[in-house]
Amino acid sequence: MTSDKPDGSGTGGTPDVAGTAETPSRSGAPAGAPVASEGPGGFEGGPAGPAEGAPGAVGASSVAADRVSVEAVSCTGLAHAFGETRAVDGLDLAVREGEVFGLLGPNGAGKTTAIRCITTLLPVPAGMVRVFGHDAAKERMAVRRLLGYVPQQLSADSALTGRENVALFARVFDVPRRERAARVTQALAAVGLADAADRLAGTYSGGMVRRLELAQALVSAPRLLILDEPTIGLDPIARTGVWEHINAVRAATGMTVLVTTHYMDEADQYCDRVGLMHRGRVRALGTPTALRHGLAERRGADRLPTLEDVFRDVAGSGLDDHSGGGFRDVRSTRRTARRVG
Amino acid sequence: MSEAPAAPRAASADGSTGDGIALLLTPPVPRAGWRVLPARVIAMCAVELQKLRHDRTELYTRAVQPALWLLIFGQTFTRIRAIPTGGVPYIDYLAPGIIAQSAMFIAIFYGIQIIWERDAGILNKLLVTPTPRSALITGKAFAAGVKSLVQAVVVIVIAALLGVALTWNPLKLLGVALAVVLASVFFSCLSMTIAGIVLSRDRLMGFGQAITMPLFFGSNALYPVSVMPGWLQAVSKVNPLSYQVDALRGLLLGTPAHLAADFAVLTVAAAAGITAASALLGRLAR
Ligand SMILES: Nc1ncnc2c1ncn2[C@@H]1O[C@H](COP(=O)(O)OP(=O)(O)O)[C@@H](O)[C@H]1O
Ligand SMILES: [Mg+2]
Repeated sequence: MTSDKPDGSGTGGTPDVAGTAETPSRSGAPAGAPVASEGPGGFEGGPAGPAEGAPGAVGASSVAADRVSVEAVSCTGLAHAFGETRAVDGLDLAVREGEVFGLLGPNGAGKTTAIRCITTLLPVPAGMVRVFGHDAAKERMAVRRLLGYVPQQLSADSALTGRENVALFARVFDVPRRERAARVTQALAAVGLADAADRLAGTYSGGMVRRLELAQALVSAPRLLILDEPTIGLDPIARTGVWEHINAVRAATGMTVLVTTHYMDEADQYCDRVGLMHRGRVRALGTPTALRHGLAERRGADRLPTLEDVFRDVAGSGLDDHSGGGFRDVRSTRRTARRVG
Repeated sequence: MSEAPAAPRAASADGSTGDGIALLLTPPVPRAGWRVLPARVIAMCAVELQKLRHDRTELYTRAVQPALWLLIFGQTFTRIRAIPTGGVPYIDYLAPGIIAQSAMFIAIFYGIQIIWERDAGILNKLLVTPTPRSALITGKAFAAGVKSLVQAVVVIVIAALLGVALTWNPLKLLGVALAVVLASVFFSCLSMTIAGIVLSRDRLMGFGQAITMPLFFGSNALYPVSVMPGWLQAVSKVNPLSYQVDALRGLLLGTPAHLAADFAVLTVAAAAGITAASALLGRLAR
């Protein structure tokens, strides 16, 4: 509960190789793209996100500073298997405070499993997961208080109104009664659901349900918002709408966002940094721009490669036969798609 | 600890989300210690009442069966006088049994709702809130209790309309409510425990149907224990429904009952149920 002292060094997630500490803003310079083969190679150790207002070029020295350098999420050697399936297999990951970090990968890459370990839903059988310095295996309640979580399925309760859905989460996060109604109203307004608030969630469209879930997550003022495939199964307009609200909320609150997606184009557009995940491991890490320019340099291609090209490059040949995730994923995706309508 | 760095986060606000998000910048102060459990129980019960307010069809459809029991079975057997009831008309004798039965049906099928919530991702989301598993189960169990209680009120009204002479003593009615809630906590936890074992709605449905009737017929809901064959008496002795019916009869009709023992058994059963269901909740989360 009270591990106040930031644990920047002990996690092993901060090798501090990169001298050019790129800010996690979208301007990301086309620096040499470090395409690590074994997890986050040379990209860690930059200062915290824009919320802290950290000056641009700060190197390793800032890591010693208090709290500023605590990573929002750090996973070291995280592994989780379902029977024979090694869903997450030695995952190293460091999400900086204040950034929008995208965990990318095809169905079955292990994104959801990693998220479920970070959110304390699954145990951490091997490795270490920390959320703002709190051990996800040992300090579950402390970690949960910092999190807003939107799972892959559309998970609003269709038998309740939008307002009641959000109020439930206000209650279970101990929002005092005198503040509850106002807080719920603000959360609903922040995602553009003020007018639909008193309709049953069962009458919402897929995009609206997603925004409702965002409101549910926001009502407790989380420091870290975790979104698992927030746009899966949505039409393009709804997808843009969801992202715009994520961005607006992030800009207004400065919270850290960890998002998974298998839509590379979305990640390119909306994420400060991305980790490309394949077969349970992060295979490349960096800003989308840096990754794309890095590949361009190595390939000497005439046109700038897309993030998908980068992914194909790091995933190698095994990509096509391994992706697809198996029956389970197809089923749950279908279910989501059906609920979306 | 977690609240400390919250203050500077407002710095970059650009107003793009409209006027008010001021409240969303500060995390609420956590409740601690013993105050967590009642807060979660209230949260879950509130949700259940809200659902009942939006959709009362289940309340009405589930009133049909008890009404038929009282109307047909109750009135017929009152006339036949085949069952020794200690002097009260059979329909009066039957009413507490039917109240208990309809409450039990609601509670037993509550586990299905848990599986539905799991499949929909709702349960996962609740598990990522600062709610210990036992508090989540207790909350759900009492929510089932609230639902059963509303159902019990409906059946009591039906019974009263059919001329059953029930007590209107508020203290005794409070005891009735307590017995209904405690028993529902037990039966819903039984159902959530089975849900944690079988992990599928269809299988739970089967189990639910397989156990409700034996629990009902293996209790004193329809006939006194004294007329049962020995083996059924043994079943009735370990069946919490019998203790609930005994308490309800004593309170509603004023027949001789063992209230202290009844409430003790129901409380212990409820606590055991919560323990078992909490232990298995992790399986549903996986
Ligand atoms: N509960 C589970 N039981 C068994 N296998 C699972 C379970 N969850 C995920 N898997 C398997 O683990 C692998 C990774 O799945 P997942 O983490 O859901 O990937 P992603 O979210 O990237 O699509 C897949 O092969 C999937 O079939
Ligand atoms: Mg997934």
